[in-house]
Amino acid sequence: MPKVKVDGVEIEVPAGATVLQACELAGKEIPRFCYHERLSIAGNCRMCLVEVKPGPPKPQASCALPASEGQDIRTDSEMVKKAREGVMEFLLINHPLDCPICDQGGECDLQDQAVAYGRGTSRYHENKRAVTEKYMGPLIKTVMTRCIHCTRCVRFSEEVAGVDEIGALYRGETMQISTYLEKAAAHELSANVIDLCPVGALTSRPYAFEARPWELKKTLSIDVSDALGSNIRLDSRGREVLRILPRVNDDVNEEWLSDRGRYMVDGLTRRRLDKPWLRRDGKLVAATWAEAFEAVAKINPGSAVAVIAGDLVDCETMFAAKKLAGALGSTLLEGRQTGLAYDTSNLAAVNFNSGIAGIEDADAVLIVGSMIRDEAPLLNPRLRKAAKKGAKVFIIGPQWNPTYPATFLGNDLAVLNDLPAAVSEAFAAAQKPAIILGGAALGKGALGAGLAFAERFNLVREGWNGFNVIHMAASRMGGLMLGYAQKGGIADLVAAKPKMVISLGADEVDFTKFADSMIVHIGHHGDKAAHAADVILPAAAFSEKDGTYVNTEGRVQYAEKAVFAPGDAREDWTILRAMADALGVSVGFDSFDELRAAMVAEVPALGVEGLADYGPLPDAPADAKAEGVIEAYPIKDRYLTNAIARSSPTLQRCSAELLHGEPQAEAAE
Amino acid sequence: MADRYIEPDSPELRARWGNFAWTAENAEKAKQIVARYPEGRQRSAVMPLLDLAQRQVGAELNTQGWLPIPVMEYVANYLDMPIIRVVEVATFYTMYNIAPIGRFHVQVCGTTPCMLRGSDDIMAACKAKGLKKGHTTPDGMFTLTEVECMGNCASAPMVQINDDNYEDLTPADMERILDELAAGRQPKTGTQLPGRHTVEPAGALSTLTAMVNENHDYRGEW
Repeated sequence: MPKVKVDGVEIEVPAGATVLQACELAGKEIPRFCYHERLSIAGNCRMCLVEVKPGPPKPQASCALPASEGQDIRTDSEMVKKAREGVMEFLLINHPLDCPICDQGGECDLQDQAVAYGRGTSRYHENKRAVTEKYMGPLIKTVMTRCIHCTRCVRFSEEVAGVDEIGALYRGETMQISTYLEKAAAHELSANVIDLCPVGALTSRPYAFEARPWELKKTLSIDVSDALGSNIRLDSRGREVLRILPRVNDDVNEEWLSDRGRYMVDGLTRRRLDKPWLRRDGKLVAATWAEAFEAVAKINPGSAVAVIAGDLVDCETMFAAKKLAGALGSTLLEGRQTGLAYDTSNLAAVNFNSGIAGIEDADAVLIVGSMIRDEAPLLNPRLRKAAKKGAKVFIIGPQWNPTYPATFLGNDLAVLNDLPAAVSEAFAAAQKPAIILGGAALGKGALGAGLAFAERFNLVREGWNGFNVIHMAASRMGGLMLGYAQKGGIADLVAAKPKMVISLGADEVDFTKFADSMIVHIGHHGDKAAHAADVILPAAAFSEKDGTYVNTEGRVQYAEKAVFAPGDAREDWTILRAMADALGVSVGFDSFDELRAAMVAEVPALGVEGLADYGPLPDAPADAKAEGVIEAYPIKDRYLTNAIARSSPTLQRCSAELLHGEPQAEAAE
Repeated sequence: MADRYIEPDSPELRARWGNFAWTAENAEKAKQIVARYPEGRQRSAVMPLLDLAQRQVGAELNTQGWLPIPVMEYVANYLDMPIIRVVEVATFYTMYNIAPIGRFHVQVCGTTPCMLRGSDDIMAACKAKGLKKGHTTPDGMFTLTEVECMGNCASAPMVQINDDNYEDLTPADMERILDELAAGRQPKTGTQLPGRHTVEPAGALSTLTAMVNENHDYRGEW
């Protein structure tokens, strides 16, 4: 633990820290462009110059200089001030003065630091460099003349995403950042380079010229596009959410966000259900709320009610629906829309027990039936880190490119019963072995075999639980905690032949099986369920209501309401409360606070932000045997996995161009 | 240097170079080159392999050789590395030609020592012969580029043509060399001064004269 002096104040810094980190610990702001905590050190922008004694009598790049015992660091000397002014002047030589038409304006590192550390005037009278336009796909807008060559984007795609597709071509002043042959950046985390870019060279294409950052209201929320519950910020203006940005949460998403979660945003204003609809003579016709509730009352289902929760709903909605069903005398609740029927008697067995951050420490990982990059995009960088640290990764299922070395063991789950020697040796020797079961494995009933594997290799040990299940729906763990699971899955609901099926945005259900039931759809998008519904009650999307979400590792998180739902749409719980009145029952809450209090009283874990405790892992069933062949992974189109995403023109374009190879639409500029 | 651009990818380029592969002789060489690097560090061979590929293309075209996109892809595949990393290397170093080039690549050094010794005149001599900076002559014989220091300052001005240096040039020498090359003959490489062999002092020895015949201790005279 070396002691260094920063501007005369002595502090102790962790071993291995850089001078820049030492200065930050001392509370000094060091300007920087290329340095980023989560990327390797490049040291090419030179903005972080400080004066360090002992050392050569010149300013030194603090980001690449290790802090060592007895250093005397100055960040406030005349030399440092002059050095920063000089670097800034050089950076601005080739940077265009187009801030008024640049989308980064107002949240631009270069702008801010030019104001804080620059000279204020330019002495440069020569021609500026101009760089030809580069194409990087439908998500990333490029204005490469603005690029200051920090190479953050290059390092991100190589180190974090593991997809070497952005590079720095040519050299010196003529260096250009480009993808190979200007192909679109096509991986699932590509848009994070927009956040990383300290200038306006890489900006969001769909968000181009939409708003200035100071006009936007920022609301803290949770991403619902997968089950990881990435922390996000909704930037809204008026009644519209304009963009979604990741928030820093080292336990969940670090500071990244999947493209799907980020660009779902323009789906929030399209194909919305903004008034009630009723099916009359086989056709949906617009109605008023009064007519809609009349229709619901007319169904008069008695206790023959079933509730199906969709992938995007919050716990409060599910709890309100559960209360309603309970008041009517039904416990037919299900959230696993596609028919999964794994055993949920012990939630520890369907939880991501290692934790999303914890899996980084694993040294042997067996992935069974999960295409991680589609199903939980931000888990893949974690596994990549583990693999970089030397973890051996084995995958059962069809081939995909994990971006790190991994051994595929074939599609046949039976390999779990009779593991190849390499696998059993790796797991026997591992300190922190882990198994990850994906949706495809759960679909084949491999949960028991997974538990048997956990028992065999002692995956649960002191300070480590290596048994993991990865879900794909943001509502899944919350739903399971609230009892949204039947023994036989959704087939139990079909068999019960309910008179009324309440769909909470359940767009993935095969409603043809419920042909004899009246389907009341409480949802926000005119998607698959709306086509099957008899009564449509327009509800709020995740951005339009407060809500609790539980991610796949059992982390309880709260999302806040950013904007109001459009038109006549209402928050889901109010609809369910009004339905209770229409059906003449009492659900025991009249306000959101009462609802949340009732929910927390029933499931206390939902009232505490953080990891829920599901207790110890159950014993593996005695006859657990893995069988079946994984033909394909459940996600066919990684951009269009839910109702909001399917309504998003941006993601539709991504799907068409990047996945289905349609010709690239030229930007209309 | 500022005007280097990758030859754009096109169906014609793919058709011409899509099935590029090492010749038997170069395959052997490539194997040797890769073997020079430690296990797991095979990618380090990218620079010599790009050079080898450029030479093979050159031999095929009877030019100095260049690196079409499909050839870079071939090298990337050969080393199992991302193509963008190969392109980064090829575009960074000016000795890789990333666009088609003539039979002789005339690289005139224009850095200060050469400039003081008359590289402007050498450049003018090239221009007089019909060479144009950054272009190939219509007969495909010469491509002229101005480069930075090649490390031959002691025998400036100099020009590098393909793998050979021509030093101590006068404009007349330059014209003669170009004529000879065009006629298919190999002019004398290295210094063009009659009495000079390499970069020893031109004319008489001018320093450390006491050292000519015996070892002499200069220290007392400093």
